[in-house]
Amino acid sequence: MTTDALREPDTPVTSGTALPETAGKPARARRKRPLSLAGRGEPYVWGTGAGLAIGVLMIVGLLALVLYNGFLTFWPKRVVKITTTDGKSILGEVTRDETFRVTPEMLEPLSDEVKASIRRSHGFAHRRLIKQGNYDLYGDDFVWVADYAVATEEYPRDAWTLERREWGAAFGSPSKLIVGEGRTVEGAREIAREFPALHGAAIARYDEIRDLEKSEIGDVNYRTEEARLEIRRVALRAGEGSAAHRAAIETFEAREGELRAEYDAVQRKIDEIRVTDETVRFEIRDVNGTLIPQKPSDPDTPMALSHVVRAFPANEIGFGERLRIYLSRWLEFMIDEPREANTEGGVFPAIFGTFMMTVLMSLAVAPFGVIAALYLREYARQGPLVSAVRVAVNNLAGVPSIVFGVFGLGFFCYVVGARIDELFYAERLPSPTFGTGGILWASLTLALLTVPVVIVSTEEALSAVPRSMREGSYACGASRWQTIWRIVLPKATPGIMTGLILAMARGAGEVAPLMITGVVKLAPELPFDLHAPFFHLNRSFMHLGFHIYDVGFQSRNSEAGKPMVFTTTLLLIGLIALLNLAAIHLRNTLRKRYKGSEV
Amino acid sequence: MLNANELIADAKAPVAAPTEGPFVHPDILAEDPVLEIDRFDFWYGEKQALFDVSLNVPRGKVSALIGPSGCGKSTLLRSVNRINDLIDGIRIGGAMRLNGDSIYGKHVDVIELRKRMGMVFQKPNPFPMSIYENVIYSLRIDGESRRGVLDEVVERSLRSAALWDEVKERLDASALELSGGQQQRLCIARAIAADPEVLLMDEPCSALDPIATAKIEELIFSLRGEYTVLIVTHNMQQAARVSDYTAFMYLGNLIEVSPTNVMFLKPARRQSEEYVTGRFG
Ligand SMILES: Nc1ncnc2c1ncn2[C@@H]1O[C@H](COP(=O)(O)OP(=O)(O)OP(=O)(O)O)[C@@H](O)[C@H]1O
Ligand SMILES: [Mg+2]
Repeated sequence: MTTDALREPDTPVTSGTALPETAGKPARARRKRPLSLAGRGEPYVWGTGAGLAIGVLMIVGLLALVLYNGFLTFWPKRVVKITTTDGKSILGEVTRDETFRVTPEMLEPLSDEVKASIRRSHGFAHRRLIKQGNYDLYGDDFVWVADYAVATEEYPRDAWTLERREWGAAFGSPSKLIVGEGRTVEGAREIAREFPALHGAAIARYDEIRDLEKSEIGDVNYRTEEARLEIRRVALRAGEGSAAHRAAIETFEAREGELRAEYDAVQRKIDEIRVTDETVRFEIRDVNGTLIPQKPSDPDTPMALSHVVRAFPANEIGFGERLRIYLSRWLEFMIDEPREANTEGGVFPAIFGTFMMTVLMSLAVAPFGVIAALYLREYARQGPLVSAVRVAVNNLAGVPSIVFGVFGLGFFCYVVGARIDELFYAERLPSPTFGTGGILWASLTLALLTVPVVIVSTEEALSAVPRSMREGSYACGASRWQTIWRIVLPKATPGIMTGLILAMARGAGEVAPLMITGVVKLAPELPFDLHAPFFHLNRSFMHLGFHIYDVGFQSRNSEAGKPMVFTTTLLLIGLIALLNLAAIHLRNTLRKRYKGSEV
Repeated sequence: MLNANELIADAKAPVAAPTEGPFVHPDILAEDPVLEIDRFDFWYGEKQALFDVSLNVPRGKVSALIGPSGCGKSTLLRSVNRINDLIDGIRIGGAMRLNGDSIYGKHVDVIELRKRMGMVFQKPNPFPMSIYENVIYSLRIDGESRRGVLDEVVERSLRSAALWDEVKERLDASALELSGGQQQRLCIARAIAADPEVLLMDEPCSALDPIATAKIEELIFSLRGEYTVLIVTHNMQQAARVSDYTAFMYLGNLIEVSPTNVMFLKPARRQSEEYVTGRFG
């Protein structure tokens, strides 16, 4: 083949530029290499960039939605008074607004003028959702008001927003503060001035009663129950009607007398406070002048002041006061217990439950997953059987989580728990202790659910430990276990931590399996208290994820629960982020220890 | 260290070379062997990597293994302390003895065996722990925890490995923070900390710069007498500088074992001559 054959036809060769070293031979032109757009690879960079951008956008969008709604929920809004064209008055907060299509039935009774204007906007009109509260009076917290139905609209200076212990929010104008001993405070200005101090005292009384009920009465009840269980215990051990049993009953009766006296003393104290509390009342009337009572069954008695959680003249207060209310609402949300079927109050039990369950789950899943992965990677003979196990583990990650829940209920609660009850808590039967859903079983179920994640990532971390390090250890005369324990595991720890972080995030966000293994809508007690053994792993608990589902979709009025959905979601994301940050910090500390110039 | 003139002066006339089988210089037969390799065969699965290799490693001397890439030097070295056992599907034939004790016998405790040897790998492989802990790793796994003993071993080993002065201030620092050359010397310190009967080194300087290499060569040279060293190297000058005896391998066969100066000046076999003179094709 001559060089001419290689030459591209359109490439001119001028004799003047012939290469000097090709003496005698005709100069060969360099083949021109193509440089297309695809060849440069730019479109692929754009493509991958766009893919990432879409993903990021979706996550950011979701986060922004949650953050926006979550952070705005607690901001105290102004209260609007609307008089409609048909003479009704509505007092409340504007929740949201929308454009809607006016149906023929709605259009029918309207005036021609309004009809014409609706026709001009192609059959659409604008309306607002007003939160009018006073559920006990109206039977509905929310009402839609179309713009064409508004006659007048104002922000009355004497309109107050109330949060109550029962029946949700209320809006109205206070007419009187009954202080007791015949003294009353009247007039908007005077009420606003006297309210904070009186309300503070009322809240203090309420808290005192609650504390007494919770700690002292609770304690007496707990000890009574323990004493009663002691009889059962003796009966089970020594036999029904034995001497020991009769003695135990006698001791119990003496003891019960003491405890009853103690109980009565506390109860008397509570009653005393209650009497004072009953005398201080808040007389507030809705927009039509109807008294807002404490109980709908007793419509003429104004509510006790301690019935009010928070109250403020919504159109009068300035920014500073609003900020204070906003922060106090957040504080209440995070450290208090829920009220009103979870749609109000705080979510502290759910925060605590989620936290404790996630920690328990991590404690269970870490050793479990790591040991399994160690055996699979380090000890098991690599072959078809191990491959099959590996495939099975990976598939386990794809099993619907509710299936794990069913398994957890069937195995942990009904098999393991029932055995534990028979062996250790026989005196409490037939009411189950561990034989029913509880935080331990829920955590173990989630541990089972997330163990594939830990196994897979641990295996990866183990196989990433350089072979040279293992060989170095063996060459020093170390056994396999010594090599694993001293070299492989420390080196793999950051990778194992990554798996744990992933497992934790997955577990903390899981709801379905928890619903049947121990999460409840409202738990009477936290799984931790000051009675030995402090951590009560058998108790059912509340969970933020389930709380979101319950409040958003199971409450009497989903509109009322919606703000709580966002705030709870925000909290759940925050909690998981916090747990992850802690784990990541731990991992980085570990990684730093092993960093360096690896040659 | 030996220089070229000494090499020439010490050169002995080669013994009449048989054309078949490996050539073994009579000097080696006169030495006291620590390690005896006896008609050793090795297979990776179906592929045979070593053919009928017989070699005695003399006590207190430095022996070098040379040969073109892929000829089985590492395989042979790693067979001595049975690190190759970790690879699936290997098979061996023949025998090895360490001070008379069988290495591949039926009832040999591999861990006990490895404790009697030290190994330095081609790439430095310090463990992810402190310098101090790296050196005393062998003692730790033996359960030694007396601080005095450990301190003494750390200083002695690091001094032998010419690293003591550079790290004595930061024994608790991570070993991974050391430079490559320092890491390799640390690995040597780790290997000699347990007082091995044989020190196996697989191209210990291949990842190092000339200065670090010189330090390690000096170190190996100074270990002779106290330790028996078997070193694999690609670097002819290095073999010439540090070793007393040199074995040349080719395609899994041992071709020639001679005193180093003989190997480099008057090799007995044509293949060895071509290899040491660089005319190998
Ligand atoms: N794990 C293994 N599995 C299969 N074959 C292997 C394995 N390790 C080495 N071999 C083969 O065995 C032969 C000898 O390899 P070895 O590593 O002992 O060579 P070497 O002399 O050390 O080479 P180099 O000087 O390049 O390090 C080579 O042909 C190699 O391909
Ligand atoms: Mg090699």
